[in-house]
Amino acid sequence: MNLVMAAAGAVLFLILAPVIGGLISGVDRVLTARMQSRRGPPVLQPFYDISKLWHKERAFANPVEMILTSGYLVLIALSGAILFSGGDLLLVVFALALSHTFLILAAYAANAPYSTVGAERELIGVMVAEPILILLAAGFFMVTGSFFVSDILADTTSAIVYLPGVFLALFAVLTLKLRKSPFDIATSHHAHQELVKGVTSSLSGRTLAKVELAHWYETIIILAMMLLFFAANPILGIIVVIICYFLEILMDNLFPRVTWKMTVKSLWTITLILGATNIAVLGILGGVIV
Amino acid sequence: MSSAGKSPWLLHYNASSCNGCDIEILAALTPLYDVERFGIINTGNPAHADIFVVTGSVNEQNKEVLKNLYDQIPEPKVVLAVGICASSGGVFRDCYNVSGGVDTIIPVDVYVPGCSVRPEALIEGVVKALGVLEEKRAAVDNGGLR
Ligand code: SF4
Repeated sequence: MNLVMAAAGAVLFLILAPVIGGLISGVDRVLTARMQSRRGPPVLQPFYDISKLWHKERAFANPVEMILTSGYLVLIALSGAILFSGGDLLLVVFALALSHTFLILAAYAANAPYSTVGAERELIGVMVAEPILILLAAGFFMVTGSFFVSDILADTTSAIVYLPGVFLALFAVLTLKLRKSPFDIATSHHAHQELVKGVTSSLSGRTLAKVELAHWYETIIILAMMLLFFAANPILGIIVVIICYFLEILMDNLFPRVTWKMTVKSLWTITLILGATNIAVLGILGGVIV
Repeated sequence: MSSAGKSPWLLHYNASSCNGCDIEILAALTPLYDVERFGIINTGNPAHADIFVVTGSVNEQNKEVLKNLYDQIPEPKVVLAVGICASSGGVFRDCYNVSGGVDTIIPVDVYVPGCSVRPEALIEGVVKALGVLEEKRAAVDNGGLR
């Protein structure tokens, strides 16, 4: 992939990801409502929400929030831009982890009890999600011999053939990354939860809008990572990703009261059994395949 | 209608209500009335709220809490007094520990009558509140309320 393509990929991501991410979140809310036999909000509802938040009064628990939430948004956008410009997958994973650190710091900065507990649980969330993202980068390296997304895309066999375990583990982590199932962790979208929006509980107006926007970026990043498994067959990849997202919503509605302890246990078990075993088997069978 | 009216997030506070009005508010969130189709979300967090829904006659114990919650909601915000108790104190207004309606503590924009309030009346009240919210948002944008 040459420089022009890389730049185009990054710019397209920066512009389109919020639009698509917002639409996905709107469709998500409508589907959730239908599963509960309600009508649900309009598909454009997330955009109305953000626009409203942008016009709220600027009230801060701590002015530092402004810088920290901006840092969160910028770093997530950056890691997405690296991913879509065909850059280093490891860099994407670490930029993603760093961005969450900013969000956690923003929550700690408020120095409020709910916010602090929210920050701690967000930290647990990062701790749970990070191992599988690193395994993912390692897996791609073993299959294609490169950490670069451009090389992974150029590969003629889809990585899913060699990494089904890692893919399933990533699918499991998606629940956490979409801020869905553990209702008492970080900032799940459920109305009645233990921490009333956890990590964002002291954010309001623009700072909250930035966190929401960053969340849309992140959704696209994770979905794109799933798509990466189907580099040689993008159409099949898109279908699989759509099915995965639907299953995610279904699971969220079936198990709305998953706690953070259950999440840590189940996701680490899944990561260990599926992800790590997959990588180990690959290693035993022949190390780097290419 | 601009985005302020399309995405009103509620904060519900029970200021010594008998719980009658509260379960009607929750009924409005259930599939039968489904207020989420208007973009309404019942948030538990004053920092995220636009509409402050208060039920029950305020008493000496909780008026500080009520004031505190009100102060934490960023502008533009609208206060809805839901039920007769919240509107005027209702049958409890002469009790020694009751302050009266919500408007004795914080400014109220819309009164929703009923004992208990019907979900339909509540939805109508919120729709009225949206108009007020629009005006206030214009004022905030012009720097009036800051
Ligand atoms: S108005 Fe009636 S139902 Fe509502 S809180 Fe008062 S007594 Fe209860």
